[in-house]
Amino acid sequence: MAHGPAKGLGRWLFTTNHKDIGTMYLWFSFAMFILGGFFAMVIRAELFQPGMQIVEPEFFNQMTTMHGLVMVFGAIMPAFVGLANWMIPLMIGAPDMALPRMNNWSFWILPFAFLMLASTFFMEGGAPNFGWTFYAPLSTTYAPDTVTFFIFGVHIMGVSSIMGSINIIATVLNMRAPGMTLMKMPLFVWTWLITAFLLVAVMPVLAGAVTMMLMDIHFGTSFFDAAGGGDPVLFQHIFWFFGHPEVYIIILPGFGVVSAVIPAFSRKPLFGYSSMVYATAAIAFLSFIVWAHHMFTVGMPLAGELYFMYATMLIAVPTGVKVFNWITTMWRGSMTFETPMLFSIAFVILFTMGGFTGLMMSIAPSDIQYHDTYFIVAHFHYTMVAGAIFSLAAGVYYWLPKWTGRMYNEAMGKAQFWIAFIGFNLTFFPQHFVGLAGMPRRIPDYATQFADFNMLSSIGAFTFGLSQLLFLYNIISTIVAGKKVEVDKPWDGAEGLEWSVASPAPYHTFSTPPEVK
Amino acid sequence: MANSNIQKTVIKLSVLSIVMFAFAIYVLPPIYDVFCEVTGLNGKGQTEAVTDKESPRVIDESRTIRVTFIATNNENMPWDFKPNDAVMYVHPGEVVDTSFYAKNTTDRPMVSRAIPSFVPSTSAAHFNKVQCFCFDNQPLEAGEEANMFLQFWVDPDLPKSIKDITASYTIFDITDASQDEQVSQR
Repeated sequence: MAHGPAKGLGRWLFTTNHKDIGTMYLWFSFAMFILGGFFAMVIRAELFQPGMQIVEPEFFNQMTTMHGLVMVFGAIMPAFVGLANWMIPLMIGAPDMALPRMNNWSFWILPFAFLMLASTFFMEGGAPNFGWTFYAPLSTTYAPDTVTFFIFGVHIMGVSSIMGSINIIATVLNMRAPGMTLMKMPLFVWTWLITAFLLVAVMPVLAGAVTMMLMDIHFGTSFFDAAGGGDPVLFQHIFWFFGHPEVYIIILPGFGVVSAVIPAFSRKPLFGYSSMVYATAAIAFLSFIVWAHHMFTVGMPLAGELYFMYATMLIAVPTGVKVFNWITTMWRGSMTFETPMLFSIAFVILFTMGGFTGLMMSIAPSDIQYHDTYFIVAHFHYTMVAGAIFSLAAGVYYWLPKWTGRMYNEAMGKAQFWIAFIGFNLTFFPQHFVGLAGMPRRIPDYATQFADFNMLSSIGAFTFGLSQLLFLYNIISTIVAGKKVEVDKPWDGAEGLEWSVASPAPYHTFSTPPEVK
Repeated sequence: MANSNIQKTVIKLSVLSIVMFAFAIYVLPPIYDVFCEVTGLNGKGQTEAVTDKESPRVIDESRTIRVTFIATNNENMPWDFKPNDAVMYVHPGEVVDTSFYAKNTTDRPMVSRAIPSFVPSTSAAHFNKVQCFCFDNQPLEAGEEANMFLQFWVDPDLPKSIKDITASYTIFDITDASQDEQVSQR
């Protein structure tokens, strides 16, 4: 019955094992992270000094667009799906995901989506250059012909995400070990369950938006073309109806990771577990009714601006519940500061700062000044890099001993954390100031008064980029030559079923369901 | 054991995702259009002639509204296009005639379509067009010129705070699109 993995390449092509698929998701997302990071380095190199230095403006536009698309859809989302694949069956005591063959397919169509997207660099007209938000008619009437490849790429990654989410929901709802009630599930499973519902609800809307673009471009409809009776603002409404839940899709699993790591290294159970669950659900619900706060400058009536302003501010309440719960979990715990904990504490601090700038921008009258400046760039990088990427790093360091059976180099991990932390803040903190002073985003040149801060930003970005190479090196050297972990539970404060299996986790786990008290 | 439950979950979620896809394409754009038309929020105003409002209107001579007309050519539209009356002073309720001048400056027949937009956007719903060139496609032969007619009245229940209305008409080249008949019928 219990047989090991197949040999050779076939193991990876045909695998239905959740651990193999999780591993592939994680490596794929790391590759995309390096690629998107390379685009960011091009952007920061160009912005190192005012004036046109290195690349053509058209190419700069392709860089900003592809950086956003690759990081959001290629790096962060698949990385969390990889964590989900690895950890959810282990956390709920299931032998595998509910739909293992679909799991294989939902991974393997993903590289082709990004191959299509990246191939546009080598085509006439170049890669998409209209920003990752691809507002019509910029992305329809004025787009390069390669936009069609972008559209089909988005379709494929949408199908992949939807299949992955259906799989996660089916697993969580049907495959829990006996005794594992919903309110006993680890918070990572809860946040992913809610995220998966968000994905199933809004990825089709994104697919609809790009389908309408496709029809406007090739089939003579006028959804977003004013000349034919359409409306470009409609595009923004549909995009952000997808886009706002999307930002919580990116961050909620990160909340789950941090909610596992902080109790482990505080040696206390998570404070306010049920309030965490309800807060997650509340954030997910609110994400559907606040989308137009991305569009305060389109000319909404006062009533609309007020509604979206107050509804947006409301999100701070459940998010605050979460932040206070994490802090209270740490309060009077016997804390130690291993690498995953460092990343988690940095997550709490920096994500809260990103939340505060978000609150600033929720105020409609002042948002008009922040709109489309580097202030918003700083805001969403505090939530997405210090939020999603830091929590991913925390999760990888935390579970790496379980995945590989080997311990990573703690000194190198801490060094990587501090380089990343300093590099990150050096990159994005000054962008608050240049943004408030009026430096617009997505422009390859800037006025000379922004030169000093931009140079700091670029130096920080290169530092942050280097720290990720150190991360990669640490992971590889752990896999190849890390010190063997002899015990099932390398972290003495860690809780959960995933620590009850051997290290490294055997190829098949929980073939007979565990008892949950 | 749990297989039939898993199947049920999968079917429900698949249906949900298909429904959301259909919702994005078939439901969101029409309700957006209806919502904008009812509220006038996108500044476009009504797209068909006003006929159903009661005709004995009270002309409110105590108020005078300044209506400014603006003509804009979209991207590469080569026509000459301008309002014949750049500024008009009208009383709410009063029916006013005006026109826009257009000339096809090219040597080929072309079809245009004008799209109005109102500032402040809350005035759009109160700008009642009885006849407007913007309701139809406007074809002109090579070198042909025309005065395109607009008849309107400003609703007396225009909010008191509004004293100025700017009506901006943007003219689009839809020669290619109008070959294909189903276009612009949307």
